[in-house]
Amino acid sequence: MLLSVENVAASYGASQALFDISFHINEGQVLALMGRNGMGKTTTVKTICRLLHVTSGKIQFAGQDLARLPAHKAAQLGLGLVPEGRRCFTNLTVTENLIAAARPGHWDQGRVNALFPGLAERRDQSAGSLSGGEQQMLAIGRALMTNPRLLILDEATEGLAPLVRQEIWAAIATLKQETGMAILVIDKSLKELRQIADNAAIIQRGETVWSGSINDLSSDITHRYVGV
Amino acid sequence: MSRETQINSLIMVGFILVPLWAWMTDEPFIITLTTKAAILALAGIGLNIALGLGGLVSLGHAAFFGIGGYAMGILASHAQSYDPILETPFLIEGTKSMIVIWLVAMITSGLAALAIGALSLRTSGVYFIMITLAFGQMFFFFSISWPAYGGEDGLSIYVRNNFPGLNTLDPIQFYIIVFVIMALALFLTARLAKSPFGLALNAARQSATRVETIGLSTYGLRLLAFTLSGMITGLAGALFADLNRFVSPTMFSWQTSGEIIVFIILGGTARLFGPVVGAALFILLEHILGGLSDFWHIYLGLLLLLIVLFARGGIIGILAGREVAHD
Repeated sequence: MLLSVENVAASYGASQALFDISFHINEGQVLALMGRNGMGKTTTVKTICRLLHVTSGKIQFAGQDLARLPAHKAAQLGLGLVPEGRRCFTNLTVTENLIAAARPGHWDQGRVNALFPGLAERRDQSAGSLSGGEQQMLAIGRALMTNPRLLILDEATEGLAPLVRQEIWAAIATLKQETGMAILVIDKSLKELRQIADNAAIIQRGETVWSGSINDLSSDITHRYVGV
Repeated sequence: MSRETQINSLIMVGFILVPLWAWMTDEPFIITLTTKAAILALAGIGLNIALGLGGLVSLGHAAFFGIGGYAMGILASHAQSYDPILETPFLIEGTKSMIVIWLVAMITSGLAALAIGALSLRTSGVYFIMITLAFGQMFFFFSISWPAYGGEDGLSIYVRNNFPGLNTLDPIQFYIIVFVIMALALFLTARLAKSPFGLALNAARQSATRVETIGLSTYGLRLLAFTLSGMITGLAGALFADLNRFVSPTMFSWQTSGEIIVFIILGGTARLFGPVVGAALFILLEHILGGLSDFWHIYLGLLLLLIVLFARGGIIGILAGREVAHD
């Protein structure tokens, strides 16, 4: 098991946001983390990435307990985050964003450029001047440059044009099929998630209310908890 | 070649031609002024690593400038008096070798920066500014109360230190040494800014959290930047003391820290040649306006105000335009 989240609770100061989150991801698997807005998906990701303290429960990644590690140490273990809203380093160029994140391994600038040819054309452009879709590609590329064992995509295609969304989903599919990378993806596009994910977990008010194979996810459950 | 690179090249040509012209027309004072500008530029280049690249507003860099100065003063004064600095447990003698003095200045100021940075970088914003200021003032008051090395009156050195193959008392030869060091520091800073370390440091200026999520410790990045910054500023302090053949607690004062920041703001924060232009302009204004009025800082303040309000990229920003990235 690559990532195991067991009965995790977390708070923003005095305000508890997560109450009981549990799911796991194996090597090479894709897990879709689902739920309505404000239910705790991004908070769960922040907690896994050690940007938020775990108040109870256990998070294990690659056999190590993440609870006491600072965020950068957790990332060094192989957590690659593509945060919600892209969050590229807008004061750096595309190439500089990739160089800043680079760690030795399979993924280098050449491979990222091959995955996103459109991004390669803008390599000397400031990240702040890119379109939303290009910024998302850069955010994914930057996470890949850290050579993660688990890629976490928070709102993978939110606010993007349909054509760009297709490109992002195609890239995620490539990552799964060709590199066997484990992926945790948050998105609202149920159709694409069903095509790409192996498993799913649904969060409702800070609690995991459903988890299992995505093939077992009925429309009744998605209608009740995800609203689609 | 970008417009900024062209301007930077012109500045370097200016730093070659002005002292060359002064040497040919027998104007040693102009050479000394240019030397002073180059040394102060070096101090600014050092601070620009922390401030420009890392966004760390240190109001205590005079501590490193002073440590470099006193490293030179202490080593040279003991060499002058043939009195060893330390006899037990091992013998440490003074030296007039510039190379040894520079090494000692960089190591001591680097160690001080490491210690000060390790504590100060646990805070941020105004607290960081205040802690660095407090450390700077601690060194200032320590130097005042250190009678062995002149206390409040400072310490005079009667000869200039040696550099192999050069007559360092000749202003143009001393300038060549300073110019080469400044050029080297600029080259290293340019390389540093484009290295993965420099880019990550720059990224951390925008968002520390995001840098942490790509597996880098912002504390570690900033501490290394602060230490490198202190080492370069310390080297500038040693050269400044050698230029004047005098060290005093003034080198440690918060006004000195403020002046180094002013060089960077005048020239352009995070611009490679920002501190060079800023220091040159500062020396020029001090020379021209200082001759007209003792209160020339009023005009400097006015200029600073105009730059902060209307030209955040400083003089380099006005000449080269806005940078595409790195703003």
